Amino acid sequence: MASISTFEQRPFAVSTVAAPTVASLESVTKNYEQIRALRGVDFDVRSGEVVALLGPNGAGKTTAVKLLLGLTQPNSGKVRVFGGDPTNPANRMRTGAMLQVGKVPETLRVREHIDLFSSYYQNPLPLAEVLAAAGLEKIGDRKFGDLSGGQRQRVLFGLAICGNPDLLFLDEPTVGLDVESRRALWDEIRSLVQRGKTVLLTTHYLEEADALADRIAVINQGAIVAEGTPDEIKAKTSGKRIRCITALSLAAVRRIPGVAEVREDRDALEIHTSRAEPVIRELLAKDATLSGLEVTSAGLEEAFLALTQDNNKNENHGN
Amino acid sequence: MSSAAAVLRSPQITRSPGHTATIYAKEAKYEFLKNLRLRLYTASVLSFPLMFYVLFGLVLNSKEAIAGTAVPTYLIATYGTFGVMGASLFGTAAGLASDRGLGWLQVKRASPMPPFAYFVAKVVVSMVFSAIVVLLLIVLGVAFGGVRFPLGEMSSLVATLVVGSIPFSAMGLAIGYFAGPQSAPATINLIYLPMSFCSGLWVPFMFLPKVVKQIALALPPYHLSQLALGVVGAGKHESIAAHWEVLAAFTLICLGVARIGFQRDQDKMYG
Repeated sequence: MASISTFEQRPFAVSTVAAPTVASLESVTKNYEQIRALRGVDFDVRSGEVVALLGPNGAGKTTAVKLLLGLTQPNSGKVRVFGGDPTNPANRMRTGAMLQVGKVPETLRVREHIDLFSSYYQNPLPLAEVLAAAGLEKIGDRKFGDLSGGQRQRVLFGLAICGNPDLLFLDEPTVGLDVESRRALWDEIRSLVQRGKTVLLTTHYLEEADALADRIAVINQGAIVAEGTPDEIKAKTSGKRIRCITALSLAAVRRIPGVAEVREDRDALEIHTSRAEPVIRELLAKDATLSGLEVTSAGLEEAFLALTQDNNKNENHGN
Repeated sequence: MSSAAAVLRSPQITRSPGHTATIYAKEAKYEFLKNLRLRLYTASVLSFPLMFYVLFGLVLNSKEAIAGTAVPTYLIATYGTFGVMGASLFGTAAGLASDRGLGWLQVKRASPMPPFAYFVAKVVVSMVFSAIVVLLLIVLGVAFGGVRFPLGEMSSLVATLVVGSIPFSAMGLAIGYFAGPQSAPATINLIYLPMSFCSGLWVPFMFLPKVVKQIALALPPYHLSQLALGVVGAGKHESIAAHWEVLAAFTLICLGVARIGFQRDQDKMYG
């Protein structure tokens, strides 16, 4: 596509280990009156990557995004965007945001909304390009109030990208969308990444984080409870839990391919893996005396609970 | 700070004055279109003063006079004040309360929009709608009420009322920062309608009960209507400067209250 050449080229390859940090929270605590929204969160986003902040409702995802956008200030800790203050106008020029909005002015047309937001930026994308990238070509002349839920989300996405920003914050971009619209928005996010953008998205769908992100941070009750590649997180959250009594050592089990995590639980071992069958085959081959075999799968909610409990355990050990 | 991170620092950008002017102009243009297409806004802001004027100024009392001034002329000044108040209060408070309460203002604040552009657009557009109301009243009065203005007097009346919309826009910003998105229109009416009555915008001032007349001295619409009446020769010959001073002081107080609301908002977001 000819239009792509006008986008900035990707400045850093994904595989670059030491890609510079473009946005970070350092020991950030945020309270809203009695509610502790974030408790000492450390988190960073590196150039060129897509990071998903995954967690249930009320976990603190939106608070993290608002802090990074400079819409609210932390009670303690540091928030940095491009090495500086997120409220710096020069940094705002380089960021785009898609937030959850209750009501958008309904009497303005799609192209009017985009025209206005584009005017804020130094080097905005041409209107036609924004309409194409957000899948809005056919509804450019419609008033916002006449759009469906999916179309409204696409307009908000268009507003986030119209300034051709380097860094995008997408807060629950696909919430309330049907499967088809969700997939379409995923494609649009992927094409942004191909143009070298850095993306932080929040979601409560593991599937979405898995489909889009290079790295997932799981957040619950204001704390990051797990962080890793989608495969690592999936092994912990949506994978299988194998429980058995075995003569094998912890280290030996850990060496079995596909094993994400092993824990001693009384006289048994608890093994987390994304696929149970190959691990069980290995276990049985290595230990003929193995007994008490149980395989369970954890749903996402249970997995969050498990991750939080892990986190609490760690905290207790620390004390 | 590592050198890699330093590379990513954003260069200081300064918008050219032309670019900034374009943003302010677009913000105002779309604010105008937004309100113009909002039937609730145009219906309440434009039709009420015009309907009242047609009924009480043209159909019923057009041959009569108040304190030596023909009714159709007198009522252009008072319904003009009433219209300006409505255009400004609804134009600022209702939109602000909704944008603020339902998240749209956050989307704007997260963008590189110059923060003042949003507020300036609301105030300017309120002035534009104020001018439209006043001009329509004048057209009706001239066409059907036998109103005759020297051109200088007419432009002076329009200018007075349009500038006089600023205190009510300031008041609207203050209300918009403290009213909820759903309750804002009711709050506006609760202030707007009694204030209009007490200031003599519906019933000419001299016919009001004595106690109401005393209350009126503290109300901004009274002072604006007296300025407008003064232009058409129906004023009470009080000091023009004193009326403007009251309006200016009221504007500053409202902007102060709005600022408190603005500060309070910075840290009151859940999520």
